[in-house]
Amino acid sequence: MTPHEFLWLVPTFPFVGFLLLVLTSGQLPKKAVETIGVGSVFLSAVVTALIGFEFLGSSDSAMATGAYRQTLWTWMEVGSFKSGFSLYLDHLSLTMLFVITGVGFLIHLYSAGFMEEDPGYSRFFSYMNLFVSAMLILVLGDNLVLLFLGWEGVGLCSYLLIGFWYRNADYGYAARKAFVVTRVGDTAMALGLFLLFMHLGTLEIQPLMQHATAQWAVGSTLPTIAAALLLGGAVGKSAQLPLQVWLPDAMAGPTPISALIHAATMVTAGVYLIARTHVLFELAPTVHFAVAVIGALTLLISGFTALTQTDIKRILAYSTISQIGYMFLGLGVGAWTSAVFHLMTHAFFKALLFLGAGGVIYCFHHEHNIFKMGGLRKNLPVTFASFVIGGAALAALPFTSGHYSKDEILLAAFLHGEYGPWFWAAGVLGAFITVLYTFRLIFIAFCGPAVHEATENFDNRMRVPLLILCVLALFGGMLQVPLDPVFDGAHGHPDMSGFEWVTAVTTAVPLVGLLVAYLFFLRGTFNPATIVATAPGRFLQRFWFSGWGMDALYIFLFVKPLNWLAEINKGDIVDGVYNGVAGLCRIGHQGMVWTQTGRIRWYAAGMILGSVALIGLGVAR
Amino acid sequence: MILYWLILILFLGGCLAGISDRWHPKLPGWISLAAIVLDLVLVLGIWLNSEPSLSLTGAQDTSWILDYSAPWIDRFGIRFHLALDGLSLLLVALTLFLGIMGVSCSWTEIREKVGFFHFNLLWTLAGVVGVFLALDLFLFFFFWEMMIIPMFLLIAIWGHENKVYASIKFFLFTQVTSLLMLASILGLVYGAYQVTGQLTFDYGDLLGTTLDPDLAFWLMLGFFVAFVTKLPGVPFHTWLPDAHTQAPTAGSVILAGILLKTGAYGLIRFVVPLFPDAALSFAPVAMGLGVISIIYGAHLACGQTDMKRLIAYTSISHMGFILLGIFAWNELALQGAVMTMLAHGISSAALFMIAGALQERLHTRDMRRMGGLWAEVPRLSVVALFFSVAALGMPGLGNFIGEFLVLLGAYQASVPMTALAALGLIAAPIYSLILVQKTFHEESREQHTVWDFGRREMTTMGFMIVAMVWMGVYPQTFLDLSAPVIDNLDQIFGFRN
Repeated sequence: MTPHEFLWLVPTFPFVGFLLLVLTSGQLPKKAVETIGVGSVFLSAVVTALIGFEFLGSSDSAMATGAYRQTLWTWMEVGSFKSGFSLYLDHLSLTMLFVITGVGFLIHLYSAGFMEEDPGYSRFFSYMNLFVSAMLILVLGDNLVLLFLGWEGVGLCSYLLIGFWYRNADYGYAARKAFVVTRVGDTAMALGLFLLFMHLGTLEIQPLMQHATAQWAVGSTLPTIAAALLLGGAVGKSAQLPLQVWLPDAMAGPTPISALIHAATMVTAGVYLIARTHVLFELAPTVHFAVAVIGALTLLISGFTALTQTDIKRILAYSTISQIGYMFLGLGVGAWTSAVFHLMTHAFFKALLFLGAGGVIYCFHHEHNIFKMGGLRKNLPVTFASFVIGGAALAALPFTSGHYSKDEILLAAFLHGEYGPWFWAAGVLGAFITVLYTFRLIFIAFCGPAVHEATENFDNRMRVPLLILCVLALFGGMLQVPLDPVFDGAHGHPDMSGFEWVTAVTTAVPLVGLLVAYLFFLRGTFNPATIVATAPGRFLQRFWFSGWGMDALYIFLFVKPLNWLAEINKGDIVDGVYNGVAGLCRIGHQGMVWTQTGRIRWYAAGMILGSVALIGLGVAR
Repeated sequence: MILYWLILILFLGGCLAGISDRWHPKLPGWISLAAIVLDLVLVLGIWLNSEPSLSLTGAQDTSWILDYSAPWIDRFGIRFHLALDGLSLLLVALTLFLGIMGVSCSWTEIREKVGFFHFNLLWTLAGVVGVFLALDLFLFFFFWEMMIIPMFLLIAIWGHENKVYASIKFFLFTQVTSLLMLASILGLVYGAYQVTGQLTFDYGDLLGTTLDPDLAFWLMLGFFVAFVTKLPGVPFHTWLPDAHTQAPTAGSVILAGILLKTGAYGLIRFVVPLFPDAALSFAPVAMGLGVISIIYGAHLACGQTDMKRLIAYTSISHMGFILLGIFAWNELALQGAVMTMLAHGISSAALFMIAGALQERLHTRDMRRMGGLWAEVPRLSVVALFFSVAALGMPGLGNFIGEFLVLLGAYQASVPMTALAALGLIAAPIYSLILVQKTFHEESREQHTVWDFGRREMTTMGFMIVAMVWMGVYPQTFLDLSAPVIDNLDQIFGFRN
């Protein structure tokens, strides 16, 4: 028995944890809940580590170059359609497994401390475990239907956890918004599945990709539509233009949720999906190009938005959207490996930042507004360290993990064809903004004079994950799993000879950004308020703050009209037709009743009139 | 012979239950339970030993498991002909399963005329089982009428505030449209008589009758309207919300879980096989009605504040998938339609039981007066969340399998129809989650005394949850049973692709 034969245990442990917690329905003591909730993910992480060690360590085994498939049972088989509960492990899914179980475990551990006082402790961990299980099935699914199961499963858990504090109606609204908006993308994706099955006759990912290459010419219509539909799903889940509106509101959930679901794992599912089906995107150059455009636009738009936010979690949420934009940019320019690499490093440093933000909120009586903070540096040392390290990695300052992954994407973008330099320029501008908003947050919240007294009352369950994530955010750049077997001809670090200035600019921009942020937000050499005070400044500030008016637009275009329709047609206009028939019958009935007077002379008159009329008719003939 | 008993046990059980409340008020419930369980055991026995091999309707067709035929009204060629194949087996099993649930949820809710209530309940079930088994058109029509009257009484006697209006509306809709079906049956029999010179109502004999295409179209339409009214599809749907809202819980369970499925069954069993060409030419319209039902039902559900009404409109939306799947007429879509019948049977029945349980406790169905129940009745809330999530099509639960297969198959028949039908997938979370949030989340809006699900209710729900997960995780159990039937339809009539 070798570890990989126990692959099925990886998603099973958290699922069992979920079942145990649900079936005991909150009756267990907190200690037991914690053991089940955190322990199940820990076991998954251990099994993953063993499998990973075997998978990457043994150079002679068949697995080192290929992949491992484990079929558990046939899910459904109808005619020529067959879909199994089958798991598929290759270097890509292994990378995802490491992130999900590793970062997932750390966040579970942190949550054990963070959520201790919450009455819904058991419910919280049951949802979390279900989420981890679904996410693992998403990345392990051998066919697109099973992937879709995980895909919807994580969406459900996201909904449940955004609305975790269910008494607040706004949180419930945010949760429903997240579910419905992502479902729009999911529906497109489902249509993509139908198309792929009809034309290629299977939904198993590997054969599907082979059939696609064999049957479809590059740039023909069918792969273009199929890739566009899958992109729809990816855009919804990964909160990219035009479906990004749900993610900022998703911050209503407890902060560890934002770290796990809305930063480290679920929102990167779209990136995974595109990487997983990259063959299809290579067959559809138009859509592939669109991926890069979406990425570039999203990273800029949400970067500017983050610059104006005041809520610590919303700043991080917009920065997540922006960083996934970088991943999309990487995918769009065919730098598959770099995009997945950035996915991994982003999971480290963004989880760190969110858990740090959770720490601030935890110690600071649920305050979210950074302008009501200040000087937290002294009182919250671990949190401060988390923010500095996580922020540095987010800003891609040299020698952090984020620097390596983001650089790879930007350089690959520059070299990518005719429009490459434009993509690069967008990415570099985005990188500049990233530094600005990151250090705006850090300088305002952590430096300057202390506004309130706050103490860092963490226990080790919260402190240790932060410290480990600090190390990962700094050095995680060295952990790259080789992805060459998955992406044929994947390039490592691009060859920049002849373009040394590009490399230099890419590296230097974050440092310049840091200087500007220092001058604006710490030293006060320039005052941002003077910019905002001008008319265009005020307009831009409002426009960016509202997320470029996208929410208002959707409310105007969809929510309002549909609600209005539902409201006015509550009673169902079709029923009116039937009620009309019933009404006519009733009128007829009334009429008949009216003639039945019981007076003989009326009856006689009626008969005579009738006879006269009939005779008259006969005579007229 | 055993088929004959399946129906008879329910009839006799109903009579016995009807008179037994003079001895003890709980006795009718126990007798009903015993009768249905006995029936279910028989059905499961058939299931375990089933080997589809019988041939009834010609050499090609060997998908039948059991067959029983006796002369009835010889002069008109009417026989008492019952037969069972995988499709009817699944639906009979669903009927009996939900029958037990119906008895269980009436346990404390029904306090008046308990005996007569159970009499009607069992006679409805007997009628439905008869509908699923009858293979003589006259006998089919007989059972079709048989199940309506006790159902009418269930609503009219044990219903809520507006029960008379609702029950008469239900009765009129089904009665008027079944008149159309009767006319079609007679037309078909007469048409066949003119061709063959033999007077028969037997399904097997009538299959493959060559009729004048125009006549066939009108006869088909008569059946179609009757079945689509029962399904119900837009625009024949307006009786459903009223009937559901006013019916006692068991009535809603049987209505949503089983009675609607007789319409779908009729479409698969009769409309397409008896009039293959007419049905094929009519398919675009029928699929269009399916799509309209999906979208329009969902649209109406979104505007409701009455919990039962909301669930009733979601039924219309889900039944649209069945209509779409049947007229897409290929193996995937038909299997999907069958799975949707089963899964929706369970999920909607469960949701109506939850709504009924809340009405029993709070004396209202108005969601604006609920809210915050999650903390007060955690078990009930979790179950409600589970079935709402099932209803919105979560993979891993039954409804997803059905809808996914329907759409997968329908895509091969018509891309635009499928794309429009997929809008239903976006609408489903809107109404399902509104239901969850308004009822169970937020702050409670009124003071009330409310108690959680007890042992009886949790056992009932436990069975339904297991069934739902089973359908979602290993649907093969059910698909295998209906596969020979659908294969057979393919061989005889040829699926289109």
